[in-house]
Amino acid sequence: MFGRAYRLWQNGVVNLNKRNADFILPYNERRYYPLADDKLLGKELAQKAGINVPTLYGKVEYPHEIKNYRDITDKHSEFVVKPAHGSGGDGILVVVGKAGDYFCLADGSALDPRDMALHFNNILAGAFSLAGQPDKAIVEYCVDFDPIFEKVTYKGVADIRIIVFLGVPVMAMVRLPTRMSRGKANLHQGALGAGIAIPSGRTLMAVWRNLVVEQHPDTQNAVMDIEVPDWGGLLEMAAQSCDLTRLNYIGLDIALDRTKGPLVLEFNARPGLNIQIANREGLRHRLELVEANIKHLKTAADRVLFATENFVPNPIQA
Amino acid sequence: MKNLHLYILAAVLLILSVSFFLYKAFILGLPLRPNESVENWEIQAKITFEAKGGPAKLSVFTPTNEGPFTIIDQSFASEGYGLTTGTREGNRISVFSTPKAAGEQTIYYRFIVHRERTAVHGDAPGEPVIPIPDLAGAELTAARGLLKTIHHEAADDDTLVRLLLKRLAPVSQDANAHVLLGNFSTTRERLLVARRVLALAEIPSRLVTGIQLVKAQRNARLSHWLEIYSQDKWRAFAPQTATNDVPANFFPWWRGDKKGIVSLRGGTHVGRSLSIAATSAPALRTTLHASNWEELGLIKFSLFALPVDTQQIYKIILTVPFGVFFLTIMRNVIGLRTFGTFMPVLIAIAFRETQLVWGLFLLSVVIAITLLTRVYLGTLRLLVVPRLSSLLIIVILTMAGVSVLSNQLGLERGLSVTLFPMVILTMTVERMSIVWDERGPGEMLRRSFDSILVAIVAYFIMASSYVGHIVIVYPELLFALLACNLLIGRYSGFRLLDLVRFRVLAGSSA
Repeated sequence: MFGRAYRLWQNGVVNLNKRNADFILPYNERRYYPLADDKLLGKELAQKAGINVPTLYGKVEYPHEIKNYRDITDKHSEFVVKPAHGSGGDGILVVVGKAGDYFCLADGSALDPRDMALHFNNILAGAFSLAGQPDKAIVEYCVDFDPIFEKVTYKGVADIRIIVFLGVPVMAMVRLPTRMSRGKANLHQGALGAGIAIPSGRTLMAVWRNLVVEQHPDTQNAVMDIEVPDWGGLLEMAAQSCDLTRLNYIGLDIALDRTKGPLVLEFNARPGLNIQIANREGLRHRLELVEANIKHLKTAADRVLFATENFVPNPIQA
Repeated sequence: MKNLHLYILAAVLLILSVSFFLYKAFILGLPLRPNESVENWEIQAKITFEAKGGPAKLSVFTPTNEGPFTIIDQSFASEGYGLTTGTREGNRISVFSTPKAAGEQTIYYRFIVHRERTAVHGDAPGEPVIPIPDLAGAELTAARGLLKTIHHEAADDDTLVRLLLKRLAPVSQDANAHVLLGNFSTTRERLLVARRVLALAEIPSRLVTGIQLVKAQRNARLSHWLEIYSQDKWRAFAPQTATNDVPANFFPWWRGDKKGIVSLRGGTHVGRSLSIAATSAPALRTTLHASNWEELGLIKFSLFALPVDTQQIYKIILTVPFGVFFLTIMRNVIGLRTFGTFMPVLIAIAFRETQLVWGLFLLSVVIAITLLTRVYLGTLRLLVVPRLSSLLIIVILTMAGVSVLSNQLGLERGLSVTLFPMVILTMTVERMSIVWDERGPGEMLRRSFDSILVAIVAYFIMASSYVGHIVIVYPELLFALLACNLLIGRYSGFRLLDLVRFRVLAGSSA
């Protein structure tokens, strides 16, 4: 037992206690949390700073606004409805077209206008928000997913997670939905996690429920060595996000759009630690390296360069 | 050094608390272990009389705290009677009265008396009165003769009283004693005669009536003994024992020549019966008097200065941090996941009253029914606050249902369901259903299992008589617990279950 604890420590694995005590509490000020927790605030902030996000089509904040939701949706044939405080992809409706009055959803089903109003109602009532608190609904651009991960995704959409510490991108992964995760990109629900090498932007071997795998369990396509397009741009975006949110330890969720490139979906003030499993590498050594060198890293470009020079994958052998 | 401030704070708290504890334990000599021997007796007096039909008024002496004896709990049961209490001749008197009573009347009076085993007995209360002799004629002559013979042998008041009691004993052959006693034969009557003789010798004396604290006795009899005032304090002498020392288990009830039932108006045929039984009722004021704690005046600023029932409550409250500390370790060091921060500890407090097995059963029933309701309410898409209010109603109705049902089935334990923290249960059910929705039923069952596990162990910690004793005698140990909590608050090492979660990362890096 102590042997394993020692090896984990030696490998620099960060656990929940350490993440909270040594990184989140000292580096993330409580008053800036709303910027990360509220997708609407985060989006407005990112837009102001020139970071690409899915365009906001409109928002519904108060119940009396629900009856006017068509003012927003009528202008667009494709859009996404999501709760501002949602988690784990709950409450997200992806509308891919219209047939008369009906909304056609990505999973092939259709929704009549009354059901759509009910969905807005549920979001505002807090049915999908973390603590059940009253929430806001966001209507935004529907990401036209880059086909790069299509072969290794079962339904649903892949998203890229980058951990950014003091403005330096320290670790990255791509989360690939499986049949088991029912199209969701959450690792604990059975999604596949593949680490991404910071210097090259190429995927590493994937981890699926604590198993190291080379192929996607449903599509059987190889997961390794897929190159994320415009990786440099992604790192640049990540490096800027810390200044933006004023949170120094965040997780950035990014979707790749076919035409618009990388779009930031949300900021996370308490990013999970499974990224270490997906990369088969501990975070601590990288975080400590950043802590030690941060005073020399003035600009976002410096920080990206620092990351690409120092964070070469060094996976732990099982 | 990182966290230096915190380490210093924790060290200061720890040192202060432990040194105060050691001082109290080893220099003041406060007990480290709960007093296991039973030093409590429950005494019940039943008084019956025949009421004449008009107003009735009954006055009886009732005991007060004295010396090593403390009245913990007392109650009266007397249908239709009003009760007033007062003081008469240094005794507490309780007066039961009713404007109209007819036929057989019954009044119950019960109390629990606690004795400090190692206590230094305080002096008996009361000022001495210089007695006025009331003897005349043959009695006066006999008393003088008796005193004269005794004075030849007695060196001081103590021996004088002992010799007098011996001569007035039933087996005595003393002629003067026979004249004085006449037809009197009971202990009480003999002691009253002794008082008259002592009055002649100008020694203040008084009759004490009490009860012998035995393990269990129905129709217990009253005991009588004598107190004389000598060398500035009251000294007790028992006529029934060979050495005339009053046994430690003689509990004084009242003093004076009067009988226990002082007066009865509006009734006849008064009768009384006494029963006595040793009980295991909580003994809190343990051996404190034995230490010099009291002399230092510290006891006034301790929890023992509080009323007994408040002490009882603190005995429970002060154990809660120990339960919570265990919970903290389970969550932050082991990595168990429980519903809510304090829910398992609050459940454990309820288990104290319901007992473990019943508690678990009742808890399962309430949670199961409420959870089913929550699943149904979930389909209605209610707003949060009304949803929680609805759940609370279901929790309360379920509790009421369990109470009514178990009452019908004659299961008394089922009534203790009322002790469950209903608001916490409501929040727990809400969280359970959210976890079920978001993480699946497996995760929900795992967390339920973790919560129940923590609750059971916390129950054993908090219900332990040892912990209960330690917290009330050494409440300063809570500062040590605070220090431990501060240290855990900065613990950034692995949780035990992290070792499982990150096991793929335990290999060697290339």
